[in-house]
Amino acid sequence: MDTTRAGYDLILSEIPFGARVLDLGCGDGVLLETLRNLRKIDGYGVELSAEGVSKCLEKGLYCYQGDIDDGLSDYRDNSFDYVILNQTLQDVKKPQFVLQEIMRICHNAIISFPNLGYVTTRLHLLSRGTMPKNSLFPYDWYASPTIHFLSIRDFQNYCAKHDYPVRNERHFSLRPSGASRLIRVMPNLCAQYGFFILNGRRFSSRKRT
Amino acid sequence: MKHTNGILEIPGDSVGFVTTKYYTFANPPHDLLLTSGKKIGPVTLAYETYGELNEDRSNAILILHALSGTAHAAGYHGPDDLYPGWWDTYIGPGKIFDTNKYFILCSNVIGGCNGSTGPSSINPGTGREYALDFPIVTISDMVNAQWHLVRHLGIPRLLAAAGGSMGGMQALQWAISYPDMVQSVVAIATSSSLSAQGIAFNEVARQAIFRDPRWNNGNYYHSEKPHDGLALARMIGHITYMSEKLMHEKFGRKLQNSDLFSFNFDSEFMVESYLHHQGIKFVSRFDANSFLYITKAIDYFDLRADYGGSLMKAFENVSADFLLISYTSDWLYPSEQSREIMRALRANGIHAVYTEIESDFGHDTFLLDDERTQRNVANFLRSEFDRIRNSNGYHARGI
Repeated sequence: MDTTRAGYDLILSEIPFGARVLDLGCGDGVLLETLRNLRKIDGYGVELSAEGVSKCLEKGLYCYQGDIDDGLSDYRDNSFDYVILNQTLQDVKKPQFVLQEIMRICHNAIISFPNLGYVTTRLHLLSRGTMPKNSLFPYDWYASPTIHFLSIRDFQNYCAKHDYPVRNERHFSLRPSGASRLIRVMPNLCAQYGFFILNGRRFSSRKRT
Repeated sequence: MKHTNGILEIPGDSVGFVTTKYYTFANPPHDLLLTSGKKIGPVTLAYETYGELNEDRSNAILILHALSGTAHAAGYHGPDDLYPGWWDTYIGPGKIFDTNKYFILCSNVIGGCNGSTGPSSINPGTGREYALDFPIVTISDMVNAQWHLVRHLGIPRLLAAAGGSMGGMQALQWAISYPDMVQSVVAIATSSSLSAQGIAFNEVARQAIFRDPRWNNGNYYHSEKPHDGLALARMIGHITYMSEKLMHEKFGRKLQNSDLFSFNFDSEFMVESYLHHQGIKFVSRFDANSFLYITKAIDYFDLRADYGGSLMKAFENVSADFLLISYTSDWLYPSEQSREIMRALRANGIHAVYTEIESDFGHDTFLLDDERTQRNVANFLRSEFDRIRNSNGYHARGI
């Protein structure tokens, strides 16, 4: 199953026409390209690899080669309709800082990540006692870029604690076709991916710590 | 280009034979007002063009050269020309700056010595060379002079202003000085201001010229020229254009003619002969006073200072899209300086791409046949050109 495009359909259904969108960790730019073609967005990307930026350039996308951990401080408060952090949160070094900055610069944030609480992952650890390795976490423990594992419940708790308004939750699993299937019952156990839409309108640099 | 039995072979992707053209403007009393407050006129700019301007005049790209560059960016001046123009790997039919698609213009800067008005030109007031009477020019003055040329050629708006190093500075300045005339900027291995280290190297290079007795306060046009000083200045510059790793790989500690030390001060390490060669090659084509003026222009360039200490403010009214490229091994214009520009662009919500390319070749990578630079620039230009055509010349900046 192709997991590299996980959640694209949900993101597409969320983004309105003409929105100003920042995709953090945009990779080869396929999501931004899709959004540009189908939603006529004004898109921007941040990508760590030079190869990713080159691929974005091929698609005519605007992309900054840099590390999102190094900050997004130069973006102005609430300057994006949407900031997307798709399947990247678990890989960043300073997730708290990155989330705080996202909330500052966005009206809406889409945060999606592989759910550590998913049943297969839990059972793997319980039954085998080894680091889970599956379609969600496809790496061996020593080769994994993931440095902050989290479950859907972890993120719910985090948002509550930090007073981040959650506008919508659309947790999902992937169909064999790669399309998303929404999981409404016991998502922390049954959904492969967490999918949150946060409202960042009232956050500004004045609230930064 | 190869000379085979006296018959000339020009590569198929070359623009072929080209000639340098000249445009003179700012005839008194319409002298060009310089940043310093001084005026100069008339002003001549040497320039070359490749390709054809299209019907709606939307395909013009201005190529901006670095410190020692000339208007001759591509092709050959004649059958005896051994080397093509300085950015020939980038400019030509099917190349990055594709002359089948774009109209390419490259102009020599004011202050230069390759056909444009500079310290070696005749001062109409005295009938003698300007020498040090030539007013100090800035990057902004270079751009203002080019503006006259661009207008003269009937170009309402540039598809791109592109250059590396000092050429990148001019490209940035173009977008700031003439926001309505620049669709996009390609600025490679450049900075919004030269570092203290960079100024230091420029000053040492200038001192090399000042201390050559033949420099004679700039008055040497009718006597022996300060070739020693200029060659030394070039040698210093060349060190800064290369990375440590490149020097190590290219020369290491290899000796030029022998495996044994000669136990004297002859130039025996390969790197020594290389630098000497670069120095000697340079003096035959460059004027020492021009070197002084142009390095000074680079030193003075400071977009942040121009806008009250805010680089963000400098780009506030800019409408161009940007491609910024830096190289990992460039210590003269380090990547952080490109990132700084990028941050100012991001703060203004400007469409911009920044990429740092892994290279061992140092600052001069932009002049070399670097595939990744070429691919990125070509893709950027293509999408900028598409954007113009799709919006029928109108370009909206998304806020």
